Amino acid sequence: MSHHGKPLPVPDIDSAPYWESCRQHRLIIQRCTDCGHSRFPPTGMCPHCRSVNFEWITASGRGRLYSWIVVRHPVPREIYANDVPYVVALVDLEEGVRISTNMICPPDALMGDMPVEVFFDDVSPDLTLPKFRPVR
Amino acid sequence: MWTLRDKYAITGIGYTHYSNNSGTTVLNLALEACRNALADAGIDAAEVDGVVSYHFNDSVPSIAVATGLGLPEARYAVEFSSGGNAANLIVQTAAAAIEAGLAKNVLCFRAMNGRSGFRLGGGRELSSRGITQYTAPFGWITYPQAIAMWCRRHMIKYGTTSEQLGRIAVEFRANAARNERAIMRQPMTLADHQASRIIVDPFHLFDICLESDGACAVLMTSAARAKDLRRKPIYIMGAAYGGGPNQGDDLFDAIRWPDHTQNFTSYIAKDLWGSAGVGPADVDVAEIYDCFTYTVIMGLEGLGFCPQGEGGRFVESGGIAFDGKLPVNTHGGLLSEAYIHGFNHVIEAVEQLRGTAGPRQVPDAEIAVTTGGAMTCGSALVLRN
Repeated sequence: MSHHGKPLPVPDIDSAPYWESCRQHRLIIQRCTDCGHSRFPPTGMCPHCRSVNFEWITASGRGRLYSWIVVRHPVPREIYANDVPYVVALVDLEEGVRISTNMICPPDALMGDMPVEVFFDDVSPDLTLPKFRPVR
Repeated sequence: MWTLRDKYAITGIGYTHYSNNSGTTVLNLALEACRNALADAGIDAAEVDGVVSYHFNDSVPSIAVATGLGLPEARYAVEFSSGGNAANLIVQTAAAAIEAGLAKNVLCFRAMNGRSGFRLGGGRELSSRGITQYTAPFGWITYPQAIAMWCRRHMIKYGTTSEQLGRIAVEFRANAARNERAIMRQPMTLADHQASRIIVDPFHLFDICLESDGACAVLMTSAARAKDLRRKPIYIMGAAYGGGPNQGDDLFDAIRWPDHTQNFTSYIAKDLWGSAGVGPADVDVAEIYDCFTYTVIMGLEGLGFCPQGEGGRFVESGGIAFDGKLPVNTHGGLLSEAYIHGFNHVIEAVEQLRGTAGPRQVPDAEIAVTTGGAMTCGSALVLRN
């Protein structure tokens, strides 16, 4: 699936380490060093204790499929016409955060709460996306 | 909790023709709806000193409407940059402004060329900065795609089916057949719903609301002022706005929302009913925000019309039938009447309670509920005549 013409993340001060880590095929998650709460997406403040102190931890890459959609009608058409049908999913990682991603799996094989694992798709010279597939 | 039970009333309503192409500007639509509301109320424009609206960068500021109507002094002309979550919030805000002495008589409106102009459902600007950097690169972009994700979780957890969603679409289309304002009136069967194209699984085309051109307006006054106006006042009994934790970085973002089988309605129900002093069993007619069939399921469950998780079975067994105990979206809703961002639900609720709904009339309707919003935040009213 070419990423040509598709949205590219615009990294900011919170997300730059995350996207850089994806380039290195590592999924990292912020964890507050004051209360231990993990969070995603990356932000500057812990919503549990409002600390600004955090560390990055390497996620196991394993999780469960919380929900998914199968996009069949491409929007915008000119960008996604060759990609449909494709699956967008919400995955609950073992670390206790939820992430949005693509599931690479035949839609008929998807089941709620199924175990899934991350892999890294170098979709362009500048972008690696974390995607998920069923645990084999 | 709303503390203004029965102190404020909707005393005028106005709306334009609803269509796929209004042929005019959003400002003209707004002015027409507002002027109709003033005429309906029998109030002079000189007495109106407030205008409240909401929009998604697809409308005109309230000061433009105040200027176009020639209001001599607009003391409170404001708007929310917001989605359907604000549909009832603007009514609440108008009442709060009058209560606070910031204005005396306030027009609330929503106007849009939502089909011929900026189409909310057609995708968003392809931004991937801020929160959308985590969603747009994966091709997760449109509102149908957003809420289809919520719906799947309900299907996983409770076994809700596409056919049950289809019952909602079919019921509302049948209601629209009685509604001369409705854009979509041709009959729909469940088979039609199931045969309609799958846009984003689990949503078929007929699970997704219209995009429309048009405008709706209401006049809010104190109950005392209402007594001298033309129409039977429709009182705001109860009201609530809000949602749960983690409402997101924008109206699409629900990554941190705890449970996609429930939306804001489950969080505001207690305050809504508490402020009104009545409960779900007292409601004669409900106009529930239906940008998608699934949002009706969440609204029915969240407000307590049926138990959590039972929405699919509730509609399947005729729970929202027009001739049943709880007629819902008697005008056909956003799915079949028109998409005026939920403000057309307020118009319909008022007509039901005035007894002027003609072939759509729910006999002896005394108490109505309206909801606005689909996901993490939203608003609701309990109205009475």
